[in-house]
Amino acid sequence: MSATHTEGALPHEPEKATLEGRNKVLGFWLFLGGEAVLFGTLFATFLALRNQTNEGPTASELFQLPMTAITTLILLVSSLTSVFAVQAMHRHKVGALRGWLAITVLLGLAFLCLEIYEFAEYVHAEKFGMTTSAFSSAFYTLVGFHGAHVAFGVVWISILIGQLFKKGLTVVTAPKIYVSAIYWHFIDVVWVFIFTVVYLLGKVG
Amino acid sequence: MAHAHSVKRHKGLMDWLTTVDHKKIAILYLLAGGLFFAIGGIEAILIRLQLIKPMNDFVSAQTFNELITMHGTTMIFLGVMPVIFALMNAVIPLQIGARDVAFPFLNSLGFWTFLFGGLLLNLSWIMGGAPDAGWTSYTPLSTNTYSTSHGVDFYTVGLQIAGLGTLIGGINFLATIITMRAPGMSFMRMPMFTWTSFITSAMILFAFPAITVGLVLLSFDRILGANFFEVANGGNPVLWQHIFWIFGHPEVYILILPAFGVISEVIPTFSRKRLFGYSSMVFATILIAFLGFMVWAHHMFTTGLGPVANALFSIATMLIAVPTGIKIFNWLFTMWGGQIRFTSPNLFAIGFIPTFVMGGVTGVMLASAPADFQFHDTYFVVAHFHYVIVGGLVSGLLAGLHYWWPKMFGRMLNETLGKISFWFFIIGFHLTFFVQHFLGLMGMQRRVFTYLPNQNFDTLNLVSTIGAILMGIGILVFLINAFATWAKPKGVANDPWEDGRTLEWTIASPPAEYNFKQIPLVRGIDAFWKEKMAGNKEMTPAEPLGPIHMPSPTILPFVMSVGIFIAGLGFMFSKEQFSNSFMSMIFNNWIVVIIGLVITFGSMLLRSLYDDHGWHIEVEELEEEGVKA
Repeated sequence: MSATHTEGALPHEPEKATLEGRNKVLGFWLFLGGEAVLFGTLFATFLALRNQTNEGPTASELFQLPMTAITTLILLVSSLTSVFAVQAMHRHKVGALRGWLAITVLLGLAFLCLEIYEFAEYVHAEKFGMTTSAFSSAFYTLVGFHGAHVAFGVVWISILIGQLFKKGLTVVTAPKIYVSAIYWHFIDVVWVFIFTVVYLLGKVG
Repeated sequence: MAHAHSVKRHKGLMDWLTTVDHKKIAILYLLAGGLFFAIGGIEAILIRLQLIKPMNDFVSAQTFNELITMHGTTMIFLGVMPVIFALMNAVIPLQIGARDVAFPFLNSLGFWTFLFGGLLLNLSWIMGGAPDAGWTSYTPLSTNTYSTSHGVDFYTVGLQIAGLGTLIGGINFLATIITMRAPGMSFMRMPMFTWTSFITSAMILFAFPAITVGLVLLSFDRILGANFFEVANGGNPVLWQHIFWIFGHPEVYILILPAFGVISEVIPTFSRKRLFGYSSMVFATILIAFLGFMVWAHHMFTTGLGPVANALFSIATMLIAVPTGIKIFNWLFTMWGGQIRFTSPNLFAIGFIPTFVMGGVTGVMLASAPADFQFHDTYFVVAHFHYVIVGGLVSGLLAGLHYWWPKMFGRMLNETLGKISFWFFIIGFHLTFFVQHFLGLMGMQRRVFTYLPNQNFDTLNLVSTIGAILMGIGILVFLINAFATWAKPKGVANDPWEDGRTLEWTIASPPAEYNFKQIPLVRGIDAFWKEKMAGNKEMTPAEPLGPIHMPSPTILPFVMSVGIFIAGLGFMFSKEQFSNSFMSMIFNNWIVVIIGLVITFGSMLLRSLYDDHGWHIEVEELEEEGVKA
């Protein structure tokens, strides 16, 4: 079974040092397969209903591409910083690892703030709520599901930073960090699709 | 050098609430599945009693709608799924030579979320009316306009929670089969039941999130006032049909594939022959799974998708008959020239083959779009899917339960009672459903609570009801068998059928907590049979005797599921007008939802913060038990 490693004797890829760690990484990839179907179904729903505006605001009236471009940039950069975090983990630099994770969390928070601002703007200024039209329901559900995933990731990675302070980098904490990084990339990829299918297509399609 | 951790051992009820042992979770799944199966069975008998004669008023039209909805939903999601999971849990780790599943904690979590989802759904009977929009819950019938009670809310929320449990179970088995196989057990040496469970788990992973989204959309429409299916506000009811069947069609293969696996284990054992065409069996299974995702619109031929879509889905559906036919012939060729023993599991397995073929033939008939316009929504369809799900799947499950019962419980089921239950079941089954083909062809509509006399429906319906009662007796005999066996002492041999071929028969019945004292070395397909043929009494170990690491029992999965249950109830009643001001305060302000989510996410946090180091069974303990045995 799992050999116990003491700190300093960590292998290059501590997330794959134990069977539990390898299982966790594999299980998480499988979970993301399910998540892909979940978002796929939400995208299909959105595509089916995106022109059903029920005399409410349409996509091209609502969306502001400059702001969405900024949120996209923020999230893409946060994906890069989480890569730096995993690279720091592979070099066993716990300080750098914590730092990059913290930057990732901050970028995630910035994204969330902009998204909440955007939603509030739509609801109050544009009178575009969940019940306005089939388009609005599909929009809030798809983008909201993604936002909830980002929020979960922000809390999760923050907790992991705390665990790094308390427990350090071990063969138990490493798989958690690795898996959270995969998760973060996944929600980033989903956002790329949202940016394309919801915002770009809404503006020009 | 392994270090021992002290671990708290629970007894009695706490042991069952906290267990992470796959063998105990299997028994929990079996108990829960049995309970829901009984509820669904009673509903079926009530439906048949209502239809026993024309213009009957045994139940009202509304109750009838609730009965058919809950019968279908309960049987599919809460009755047969957990029994499948019971067999998967009991057998897969043993068949692949593993000490446990990849994620024992998740295994427990999957069970408890499934159970609480099922309980929530069935609470509807005593909380203002069960769902009544059919098990498919088609919109707009299931939207607020036409379904004003909370019935459909119980359906959407209960199934979401239960579905979460199923999804967790699926991921767990995929990872278990990929990473936990014993040395030498390559993919193409895996027993067929493990193979079909593997494919079923993959299908669960890719099908269940779709229904989750569908249920979320429907509950958003009903509770938050969204417009996904509200035509007046731009919604589209056909969207529900697509989402439902994109899940729903793979679901029927999710159900039947493990039964194929059981049959592929039972028939070779009792024919004393290796399974004919093992690799073609594997590829047929994969092909069925692949095609299973491509045919959902054959449930929607009459929706009006147009001739091109109908033709494509028609052809794709007919294609599935090819890999299924390969399987049927492989079973027949396995029996050909074998030394067949007609034990009770083998009776169920042999009964499965012609019954399932009949269900398959009507399936090909239904796949023809023009003919389907005639069959659609008649008892012909009801007869077809009961032939594949009851005559196929339930027969397969009963074969598997009789076959693995000694391994799960350490006691043999009584053979005489087993055979009595088989004959009641199979005769009752064909009486019930064979005549329904003709009822359907003569135009009897499904889901209608009664019918007028003198349309040639009367006699056939009476026959069908008598058959249902006979089938019920068959199941009762099985239950009596199970309870009578309980009274007997444990202690059957490792290999009670004497012709066991796979690894589960090399260890004690029931197995020790750690399954294998030493992980075995696998040297071919049917690993145990290969050793037997080489004159060996047991497997060659692949590792020296050493301390065994075990996961700690934990109550967290149970608590997490309670949290989801509370949150689900809170969500359902968030827009309810309560006369009691305290109730409206906690429900209408989402306080109940928040409490439930805090419980669930709090437990998740605890799980993350406190590492489970597990505990070890030391070599001395293992040797002591060896002496005792």
